[in-house]
Amino acid sequence: MSTGAAGFLERYDSVLNALPGDSALRAAAADAFRTVGLPGGTRGRPIEAWKYTSLRALAETKFHRDAAPRHEAETILANLPLLDAPRIVFVDGVLRADLSVMLAPSVMPGAGPASTPSSAFSVARFADQADFGTLTWPDREPMVALNTMLAEDGAILHVPAGHDAGIVQLISIATSDADFHPRHTIRLGENARLALVEIAAGQGAYLLNTVAEIHVADGAALTHVRLQNEAAMAFHVSTTYADVQAGGTYDSFTLNIGARLCRTEVHAQLSGAGAAAHLNAAQLLVGSQHGDFTSVVSHTAPNCQSRQTVKNVLAGRSRGVFQGRIEVARGAQKTDGYQMNQALLLSPHAEIDTKPELEIFADDVKCSHGATVGELDADQMFYLRSRGVPEAEARAILVRAFLTEALDAVTDETIRAWLENAVAGWWEKLAA
Amino acid sequence: MAADTETLDTVQSVTQSGYKWGFETDIEMDIAPKGLNEDIIRLISSRKQEPEWMLAWRLKAFAAWQAMQEPQWARVEHPPIDYQELHYYAAPKKKSDGPKSLDEVDPALLAMYEKLGIPLKERAILAGVDPDSVENRQVAVDAVFDSVSVATTFQETLRKAGVIFCPISEAIREYPDLVQQYLGTVVPVGDNFFAALNSAVFTDGSFVFIPRGVRCPMELSTYFRINTRNTGQFERTLIIAEERSYVSYLEGCTAPQRDENQLHAAVVELVAMDDAQIKYSTVQNWYPGDAEGKGGIYNFVTKRGACRGARSKISWTQVETGSAITWKYPSCVLQGEDSVGEFYSVAVTNSHQQADTGTKMIHVGRGSRSTIVSKGISAGKSNNTYRGLVRMLPGAANARNYTQCDSLLIGDQCGAHTVPYIESRNPTAKVEHEATTSKIAEDQLFYCRQRGLSEEDAVGLIVNGFCKDVLKELPMEFAVEAQKLLAVSLEGSVG
Repeated sequence: MSTGAAGFLERYDSVLNALPGDSALRAAAADAFRTVGLPGGTRGRPIEAWKYTSLRALAETKFHRDAAPRHEAETILANLPLLDAPRIVFVDGVLRADLSVMLAPSVMPGAGPASTPSSAFSVARFADQADFGTLTWPDREPMVALNTMLAEDGAILHVPAGHDAGIVQLISIATSDADFHPRHTIRLGENARLALVEIAAGQGAYLLNTVAEIHVADGAALTHVRLQNEAAMAFHVSTTYADVQAGGTYDSFTLNIGARLCRTEVHAQLSGAGAAAHLNAAQLLVGSQHGDFTSVVSHTAPNCQSRQTVKNVLAGRSRGVFQGRIEVARGAQKTDGYQMNQALLLSPHAEIDTKPELEIFADDVKCSHGATVGELDADQMFYLRSRGVPEAEARAILVRAFLTEALDAVTDETIRAWLENAVAGWWEKLAA
Repeated sequence: MAADTETLDTVQSVTQSGYKWGFETDIEMDIAPKGLNEDIIRLISSRKQEPEWMLAWRLKAFAAWQAMQEPQWARVEHPPIDYQELHYYAAPKKKSDGPKSLDEVDPALLAMYEKLGIPLKERAILAGVDPDSVENRQVAVDAVFDSVSVATTFQETLRKAGVIFCPISEAIREYPDLVQQYLGTVVPVGDNFFAALNSAVFTDGSFVFIPRGVRCPMELSTYFRINTRNTGQFERTLIIAEERSYVSYLEGCTAPQRDENQLHAAVVELVAMDDAQIKYSTVQNWYPGDAEGKGGIYNFVTKRGACRGARSKISWTQVETGSAITWKYPSCVLQGEDSVGEFYSVAVTNSHQQADTGTKMIHVGRGSRSTIVSKGISAGKSNNTYRGLVRMLPGAANARNYTQCDSLLIGDQCGAHTVPYIESRNPTAKVEHEATTSKIAEDQLFYCRQRGLSEEDAVGLIVNGFCKDVLKELPMEFAVEAQKLLAVSLEGSVG
């Protein structure tokens, strides 16, 4: 089997009859993918949205579709920093009911003890009722086209109107050198609430290419926290589309620590008056890791607010990328958009590329962005050192302070403490 | 006091008449046939009596251009340009062997420049400044009409100081070694589509050489005028500042009011050696097209300066009010240690104008510094984009950049966009970028209106305040002109 785009297309041709859902949609996605190819691959024109991230290494990697798992999913799961809350577990892109817990038996036959069988939310499988939703742009985003072509499983999570589902964990574990294309849909009814915590981890040289479509109805609030701690040789690509209706809130935080190459792309559309989106992120990279956080916030309704704080801490030969666009459509008056991205270069070989963009077609708006790039402040280092703090510790303090602003945006204390732990773990590994 | 009243009157007259530079001058022209091919390039080269190497250089550029595609990445839209439908050479017909002095210049031409307020008579100075109040505010002017330089003033005075300021076609003949040494070293022939086109067909422009240790005794200025129908204007400017020298250079431009679009694709190259300083100011006022977006100049310009020497400095200041489309990114390559690059820009778009403009600061040298201040104002149905790049290369230790981009929207049918690229590969380099977008604050307007200013005047005042950081970088003559232009450009955008 070929590698790269050709390999994926061959696979599609061989499995297309067995795939669930709308086959015409998949065929259209395959056509789009055939035209564009993998960004940075040998075919096609350079794509502006992928200016700083090339998937050439991905295109050259051979993924073994039917490889036997080389690692124990249970062991990997046991080592994850799990919260005491319901969880939906995917292993190699397929839902594993036996590892998922605390879900109502009706929605998850054979699942673990249903200690909190609640009607606060329901889960269905994409494999059973493929839901491609309406938010994605497979003709525009090549990796979404690839997902649309090959998606086999995923979670369809629904929180009915007026319900608070608390925390739900969505976990992805990879155990073999294959490629996975999970497809998730999350729907919050009017005034519903949910804190969705996603964890991605695994072992091996695999590709996880997730697409999630999120619908936040009027007055609903979704907190979406993600911890990406994939294997060192893995590729992680995740594209999220969120549509937020009037008075709704999409509040997301992404922490990228793992993977050889990671691209997190978020498209948030504020389509009802008074909606809000917070897209915060931190990337901590070492070695020759490449981490790309790309976001597009579209204000299409008046009186909406968006906030973004993105921090990159780059050590070794790592390369961080931030691209963030705020779009304000004609008529989206009284928009309030703010975006801040900062990068800290801890090594002479690290690189940061950032592109914050404003695209504005309404006049009564307040939009701004800021960007800074530099190393640790010498004065602050001196201050700590002169008070007897050892150098390594002083650096740790300053880096943690640098990240605080982004982490502070996470309001749930349990989740914030959990994230801070992950950051501390990363720092210890770096210092060691 | 009298001068103030006069200025006010001028502003008034200008404001009421819209684009007042839109007249056409009837002058007998020598025009090459339409179309672009090697023969046309040979014709241009022979008309200019160029040496063989220059023709070879042009043909190389033409070959490169043929293999290139028009860039698509800018936020501008226009119908495809038919490059074969243009005249690539148009010059006023010479009476004999060409004017030896200003007295021999065609009076019709002199009258036109008079009408534009550009003094081609020596001793005269630009409008808006009281001659007695400022000592030695003399400006040497090189006037470029369609494709050729028609007059260069103060050549004698400059020669005494050792400064060379002449049309580039003359420099190619008179100082071939200098031109050959520097031409195309900052903007190579195949740099981009429009630069390649320019390299193949440029007909004139200015050449400036400031020798070691010389501070140019007066401001140098080039005034560009497109007159003939269906011509493209392709001028080439090359400025070389040797060690410890200084020059301030001004550039202005206008064109007649026409229904069809005209192409202007210029290239400007600056070279600054150790401790040299070049200050380059532009007031760009090409015909922007009418209120419905018909006509106007396509301004596709490549401007780049190389700070080759240690502590060298290149400063770009631009006020962009004209053109149907502006595609222009005056840049600095900061090679020298502790070299400095600056970019100050005001871009105003109204009606259906489109501007995609900004800068590139490429930091190569240790301790290099750059400042970018960009003010974009969009009104009417226009689109105004700032597009910029700040790149810190691994060797740019302790380099520094500060960028501020502010956009002002007037009306709800226009667009303002900011697209900065920041790339850093050196941890000791510091980059700071800020951008804001807003409209004119109601309280500021109210404050002015309450004190009896009309809404239009109030907007003019606030816009001038918004642009102050950039306008103060302009030489005085230009600052006055620029303020007037801002008022004219925004006319009809309020209420």
